[in-house]
Amino acid sequence: MSTTNWVSRAGFGLMSLPARVIEPVMSGVQRLIGIKRMPWFFLIPNLTAVMLFALLPVLINVFYSLTGSDRLYPQDRPWVGGRNYETLFDCTNYLDPSTCSRDLFWRALGNTLTFVPIQVVCMIGIALITALCLNREIRGRGFFRGVFFFPVMLSPVVVALTWQWILQRNGALNGIFSAIGLNPVNWLVFPNTAFFWSVFVTVWAHMGFYTIILLAGLQAIPRDVYEAAKMDSASNWRVFTKITLPLLRPVLLVVFILSMIRSVQTFDELYILTGGGPGSATMLMVQYIYEIGFAIQPRNFGLAAAASLLLGAALLVFTAIQLHLSRRAQNG
Amino acid sequence: MAKLVLEKVAKSFGLVNVLPGVDLDIEDGEFVVFVGPSGCGKSTLLRLIAGLEDVSSGDILIDGDSVTHVPAADRGVAMVFQSYALYPHMTVRQNLSFGLENIRMQRPEIERRVGEAARLLQIEQLLERRPKELSGGQRQRVAIGRAITRDPKIFLFDEPLSNLDAELRVLMRIEITRLHERLGNTMIYVTHDQIEAMTMADKIVVLRGGVIEQVGAPLELYNQPRNAFVAGFIGSPRMNFVEGTIGEVSGETFTFTSPDLPAMTLPRRTASLAAGQKVSVGVRPEDLIVSKGKGSGWPVTVSVAEQHGANSYIHCSRPNGEPLLIHQPGQSAVERGDILNVSPVPARWHLFDASGLRIEIEPGQEMAPPILHTAIQ
Amino acid sequence: MVDVTLARKSAPSGTFSWLFARRGRQGFDWSDALTYGFLLLGVLVMFTPVLWVVISSFKTPANLSEFPPTVLPYSAERVEVEGYAQPLPLFEVAGEDGEVRLLAQIRRVGLNAQMIDPQDVEAGPFTVPVASAVPLRQVNFVLENYTNLLVGQGGDIWRYVYNSLFITVVATVITLIMNSMAAFALSKYKFRGRNVALLAILATLMIPATVVLVPTYLIVAQLGLVGNLWGVILPTVATPTGVFLLRQYMLTIPDELIEAARMDHASEWRIFWRIILPLSSPALAVVAIFSILSRWNDFLLPLIVLNRREVFTLQLALASYQNENEIRYDLLLSMTTLTALPLALSFIFLQRYITSGIASTGIK
Repeated sequence: MSTTNWVSRAGFGLMSLPARVIEPVMSGVQRLIGIKRMPWFFLIPNLTAVMLFALLPVLINVFYSLTGSDRLYPQDRPWVGGRNYETLFDCTNYLDPSTCSRDLFWRALGNTLTFVPIQVVCMIGIALITALCLNREIRGRGFFRGVFFFPVMLSPVVVALTWQWILQRNGALNGIFSAIGLNPVNWLVFPNTAFFWSVFVTVWAHMGFYTIILLAGLQAIPRDVYEAAKMDSASNWRVFTKITLPLLRPVLLVVFILSMIRSVQTFDELYILTGGGPGSATMLMVQYIYEIGFAIQPRNFGLAAAASLLLGAALLVFTAIQLHLSRRAQNG
Repeated sequence: MAKLVLEKVAKSFGLVNVLPGVDLDIEDGEFVVFVGPSGCGKSTLLRLIAGLEDVSSGDILIDGDSVTHVPAADRGVAMVFQSYALYPHMTVRQNLSFGLENIRMQRPEIERRVGEAARLLQIEQLLERRPKELSGGQRQRVAIGRAITRDPKIFLFDEPLSNLDAELRVLMRIEITRLHERLGNTMIYVTHDQIEAMTMADKIVVLRGGVIEQVGAPLELYNQPRNAFVAGFIGSPRMNFVEGTIGEVSGETFTFTSPDLPAMTLPRRTASLAAGQKVSVGVRPEDLIVSKGKGSGWPVTVSVAEQHGANSYIHCSRPNGEPLLIHQPGQSAVERGDILNVSPVPARWHLFDASGLRIEIEPGQEMAPPILHTAIQ
Repeated sequence: MVDVTLARKSAPSGTFSWLFARRGRQGFDWSDALTYGFLLLGVLVMFTPVLWVVISSFKTPANLSEFPPTVLPYSAERVEVEGYAQPLPLFEVAGEDGEVRLLAQIRRVGLNAQMIDPQDVEAGPFTVPVASAVPLRQVNFVLENYTNLLVGQGGDIWRYVYNSLFITVVATVITLIMNSMAAFALSKYKFRGRNVALLAILATLMIPATVVLVPTYLIVAQLGLVGNLWGVILPTVATPTGVFLLRQYMLTIPDELIEAARMDHASEWRIFWRIILPLSSPALAVVAIFSILSRWNDFLLPLIVLNRREVFTLQLALASYQNENEIRYDLLLSMTTLTALPLALSFIFLQRYITSGIASTGIK
């Protein structure tokens, strides 16, 4: 008996109980509104939630970004026009954050612009190599797949605390260092090492997810294509560049866009691992939004909303560019 | 009693007019087959009768009552779907009783009906199995059984045998026919397979492009196709058509000429024909007289001779390259490249005008019974 | 001869063979070695950090603060000594004559310690310099961190567990029902406005939760749900990915089944509940797993909505331990282990579902 069957039986049994109560009510609803309106009846709970917690917030965000003060309720907030945006962009020299009135915003922006490409490229590179390895005829494939995937299951808090425990001054890594005669390093206290470990830990936590997607993409490439290439006596490198990569491209594109969106949104792990520090060396945009909107008093919702709208717009533009480039590459 | 009447039933999906308006009477107890090429609207018509689609205009009457606006479940019809549509997560028993539970029928009555249907279809030993554990033929029986338990006025079958292999299809064909004899209900059966239509139907409805081309008993359609389409669709292998013009018309005969073929004199009896009229002569493959060498008929070249053992199908080509098929019982000695001389068996050929309509040559007279040929040894 | 050369040629070799070679080969060459090498390194990097945390959670606070850290948890060997309520830790003490004696320490005073010989209690306590005493230790997985966590602190942890469980279970049930209802409507009905509705739901994929953080907080506040578990449950019940995945799955359920059911006098709700839901169970399982995962691990939304300790989730409590001035690593490590444990265990059983779910949809 397959698992699916077992699940379906269990589910079936569970559902028959409340069904006796719900079903008469629901057939009453159907009689009342008519069969033609039933799809709306099924849709409305979900649609309401979507409106209330996804579409409406976007509109509110626009309003927030155009109003000021630390008051939460819209009716209490005075209209300031574009002043929040002006504040964010108030710089004497855009290349030097310390000349800006909101220098933290620019530092967070700079960090995000460094962090995202490095993290995405490293993660996808390693995930691709791992997927290629897992796609070979190897023993214990399921075990290896599980090992690479399981950090995805861990909460960001657990991930951050785990690595903090390893990277702290008296941690395991420094233990190994001193055992082989090197000096212990205060990993999270120096900007460069803190940044390195920020990238490392986020890659560690998320690469398994992309490995699985890439592996599925590799396994979807029909085997006879490889056999045909072999008959055509294509070299291994040519097979990889001319067959594997092009056929994998749609999956790679999905992986790139997904990982970029997620990378830009990185918050939880770094908030706990480094707290954005040392100084502001590892503070990314989302943490900045969180800090000015919720942590630093007085709460500046307007500025936070403006910053988050800019972030959302940037994401949209980047995704569009990626899609456009890939489409052009596909056509050309 | 279940008499079904369709009055100007029309259906369009958006701008596409699938059925422009169908009129049809189906008598109680009849086994009617809707047949036609794919996309002819036969399935749509069945779904309109079932109530799974709403008619755009027109009226559907069952026993004189309009059911046009009655939901599918309340029309008193049952449907056997092409894919059987058995609920995969329920046992056969649950599949058969689901509909009866929905109308809150008493348990004992449900059991009785399920038992009866299972006995009738010999699926009693399968009642506790799931559809996945059944063979194609068994699923088919369960699907029919589900229809039977509902005790409908009309059974609807939507290409029910298309998912079975050839051998099983023949068996189920016979079985459904027997079931119809036993139950005596009105049954409507949709298929694209004209052999199913010929073998099962009391009455065949040939559809093309949403229009009924002809309604009639199987052999009536075979012997007196109303137009070239029906003539070509009913019968396998297909009827041969030779296009040409009418030459001389004199007394009881006329000459038929085709650019690549020698003129042939054919009887016309009472049919009024005009010289120069464009017509086509239709001859079924088994209705050709064949002789080797020169003769007064049409000369054709053998391209392939298919020997089935009991039958021979000789694929020939006319001088202009168009194909012509000859069916002969028994085995044939012709070979590729042979030149044969063929002519239609008297009174076993059909004449169609330029628009494809049948021209009656001997009105009021039955077509001559098919004759046996002299096989070429 | 021909066969041999063909076989040679077809066997992958060369620098990049490991990049693409597919299953179904024989023999073992250096590209396999490279593959296994990479994968074993991966196991080391992926697995040891977590293993390290789990091992560390069984160490005593004293053992935890050691540097360099010991690989396995050690604790001092103790011995019952007559006249002393608590068992005393044992030390190996080198005497001035070089003789090593086994002594129990009563207390430590500056650079000296008061010790007693457990074999010879009558001799009374005497003073030994700390420098000459080496604690006698044994590998010992102590459970104190866990017992302290579970019963100490006024049993606060149970409240966090309850909060996390409540949010996870309730939100997942609501998500499943709402998403599958919407997916049913969007996959099995044709009606005016269907595409608009689908688009509206899928468009929210493009709106990262963090971008609408502030207004989400406002709406939660307007609903009076700040500091309330429902304030975390409601904002994310309508996951677009769940609707999408379920809809894609339901599209594969033949329409004829629904028509058959409709002809069988089943109401629309009955069709949904008795036909569609049971048949969608594989997709429902995937959505459920991802919902459970993301709810149990969620951090940012609880962080802004749940502003009181009584409504903290496990994740918030865990993070808050780290924020306090004095980091209690003993509690932190055991709690980290406990927080990750349920998911780690379920992962072993559900790996196939999870990976196939990701592979087929690319969502989390």
